[in-house]
Amino acid sequence: MKLLTCPVNGPRPVSEFAYGGEYREMPDPATASDAQWADYVFNRASLPGVKKEWWYHVPSGTWFLAERDVQADVVHRTYLFGEGP
Amino acid sequence: MPVRLFRIGLSSAYPEPRMFRQPEQLRGAYDVVIIGAGGHGLASAYYLARDHGITDVAVLEKGYIGGGNTGRNTTIIRSNYLTPEGVAFYDESVRLWQDLSQDFDLNLFYSTRGHFTLAHTDAAVRTMRWRAEVNKHLGVESELVGPEAVKKACPQIDITCGGHAPVMGALFHKPGAIARHDAVAWGYGRGADQRGVEIHQQTEVLGIDLNHGRVAGVRTSRGSIATSKVLCAVAGSTPRLLDMVGIRTPITIHPLQAMVTEPMKPWLDPIIVSGSLHVYVSQSARGELVMGASLDPYELHSTRSTLDFAEGLANHMLDLFPFLSAAKANRQWAGMADMTPDFAPIMGKTPVEGFYLDAGWGTWGFKATPVCGKTMSHTVASDEDHPLIRGFNLERFANYELTGEKGAAAVGH
Repeated sequence: MKLLTCPVNGPRPVSEFAYGGEYREMPDPATASDAQWADYVFNRASLPGVKKEWWYHVPSGTWFLAERDVQADVVHRTYLFGEGP
Repeated sequence: MPVRLFRIGLSSAYPEPRMFRQPEQLRGAYDVVIIGAGGHGLASAYYLARDHGITDVAVLEKGYIGGGNTGRNTTIIRSNYLTPEGVAFYDESVRLWQDLSQDFDLNLFYSTRGHFTLAHTDAAVRTMRWRAEVNKHLGVESELVGPEAVKKACPQIDITCGGHAPVMGALFHKPGAIARHDAVAWGYGRGADQRGVEIHQQTEVLGIDLNHGRVAGVRTSRGSIATSKVLCAVAGSTPRLLDMVGIRTPITIHPLQAMVTEPMKPWLDPIIVSGSLHVYVSQSARGELVMGASLDPYELHSTRSTLDFAEGLANHMLDLFPFLSAAKANRQWAGMADMTPDFAPIMGKTPVEGFYLDAGWGTWGFKATPVCGKTMSHTVASDEDHPLIRGFNLERFANYELTGEKGAAAVGH
């Protein structure tokens, strides 16, 4: 069974988690152009490598960030938003 | 051992004609370079040579012919989609499929089975009715049927799924079919090869050279090529290729897994799909049950397979067919699916002149192989998007004009 470490609840089976997609910085909606906004909404950095992602621990309702190698499927670290490096 | 096989084993040179030539060296320049010798790439090469008279074409393949998602899908062919763009496109594909065996003089084992998409909830029945009406309006054979029609076509099914998810109806698509996927790649490859196209296997693309926003050449593991037109048809490797030309897209890569059982006597004629149970199954000409389920739930650039998937799929198969409890799984594998947010492909011209994209084929690409070849060869030859693919262009995202196919493309392949 694959485990993922929730920053609040510790290591839990990955089936308890939902994937929230890649972490992205939102441009300022008031000043962003239509093209910048569409790029933010749709486009993704889809190359393999270590990526920062949102994950959600469903039973406890905890959103957190994970740094994961999306080719080897190895999670390097997980932390709550604002508490990371 | 048959005598003929024995003789082949003893001879120093291979005595039979090969399916393809093996060109020794890459030439320095080609009119068109196609990256990816899967079904889509080879079909494009085939129609470029046959219909457009462009034969100075190199098809580059990192691995071997048809070794990517062409050889990893569950071979279901259908056109009962949800959007008018999708239905028109896939229906043209189904038409092309039907005489492909004659076209190639190669048996594709194309087998029209009928395709049931089961609905276990009121909401699913509503979607099925919606799809049936869109399909009928566009001239596709598709109708909503009751559970008794499913039971009649497939008496072995447990129509109540053990009482917890009774089948309330189904979308029935009579032209639904399966075909032998390897043969599709070989047929297109051989046809292209006979017309002068060069297929270079074991040739990895390392970079794409641009000159003032135009394609100028391709750098490969076996040397550089000058060309003004590149068609990219590489499914799960699309992000790596797009990175070489600096194009951003919404594509993300998720593995899609599948599994086959040991061969058994023919008992399952139609193709059975259940969106709610996340399962689709057909019986191949060899007698194996070819089964698939939904995508892996998170991004991954790998073709590893998991026990979780095998357990989940087997569980849902047993909901529908409890008598299979003793059947053994023979093989399990995965392919890398290039998913888009609206479950429609990304096809046609791109902001880079001379760079054409056939991507975003996620989990629904095999059935579209012939029509992709037709439309992409037209697009490459004329430098103008084919009318059938205009709903699938890359700009649709920047214009917020998505082609929402999720209701018809997800799970129900």
